[in-house]
Amino acid sequence: MLTQEEIYQKVREVLVDALAVDEDEVKPEATLVGDLGAESIDFLDIVFKLEKTFNIKIPRGELFPEDVLTNPEYVKDGKFTEAGLAELRKRMPFAELDQFARNPLVQDFANLLTVRDMCRFVELKLQQQEGQASA
Amino acid sequence: MRWYWIDRFIEFHSGRMARAIKNVSLAEEYLHDHFPGYPVMPNSLVIEGVAQTGGLLVGEYNQFRLKVVLAKVPHAKFYCEAVPGDVLTYTATIEHIHPHGAVVKATSHKGEILQAEMELVFAHLGEDFNNRELFDPGTLTHMMRILRAYEVGKAADGSPLKEPPEETV
Repeated sequence: MLTQEEIYQKVREVLVDALAVDEDEVKPEATLVGDLGAESIDFLDIVFKLEKTFNIKIPRGELFPEDVLTNPEYVKDGKFTEAGLAELRKRMPFAELDQFARNPLVQDFANLLTVRDMCRFVELKLQQQEGQASA
Repeated sequence: MRWYWIDRFIEFHSGRMARAIKNVSLAEEYLHDHFPGYPVMPNSLVIEGVAQTGGLLVGEYNQFRLKVVLAKVPHAKFYCEAVPGDVLTYTATIEHIHPHGAVVKATSHKGEILQAEMELVFAHLGEDFNNRELFDPGTLTHMMRILRAYEVGKAADGSPLKEPPEETV
């Protein structure tokens, strides 16, 4: 199993490659969209590169549970409901949601993920994979 | 009218690699104005030809059931110009394939000389698009036929590449 530092370095390489940013811009707290300029199509590239780099599978909706956004139980008047936030916490255990939850506007959702969240996502995937292999 | 930027396949290994050639000719209209007195093939059209080589390779992998579009060109480097009289050989290799798309690494050579190298990301359009037609039925297999992919192509098991059943394309 890779250490957190090894995961961070590899995630960093993926983001530098996919987003054509400088290495020193890729800090743990940097947001992918706001700080690193990722566009929606870049997430496809990032997912493909993460899969290849870490030998993991990332099904649709796992990094971004898009279906939550279109569910009227979870989103009302452009904001996530309590149930919506609970669903996001369940589906995105890798993401730091506390600050977002204070004013959970749907329009801010796309800019939620940080480099740290991506590392945590990969870490959880690797743990899952290891768990499945030893089961 | 069709937008052909390769002339024929010379190799086609299903799910893995395809190689196509493009003859650059002064008979092609775009060279008359790009540039007047100095005809040179625009790099964007080299990318288009490479994307056709790689895109058909990715599409064939799924028997043309998924709609494949060029989504991103993360890297492209050009080392020399392509001019009338050149024969470009485009080689596209699938690096990674996923239900949502694929990553292809590719080169363009003039004889032995590396003319360009690039990475392309293709996306499979999602269910929202599945009821919309991007191409008339059979267009892509027709293109594969014209480009002689079925004459040189090999399936994953090494047997000759076959056209997919009609109802799937």
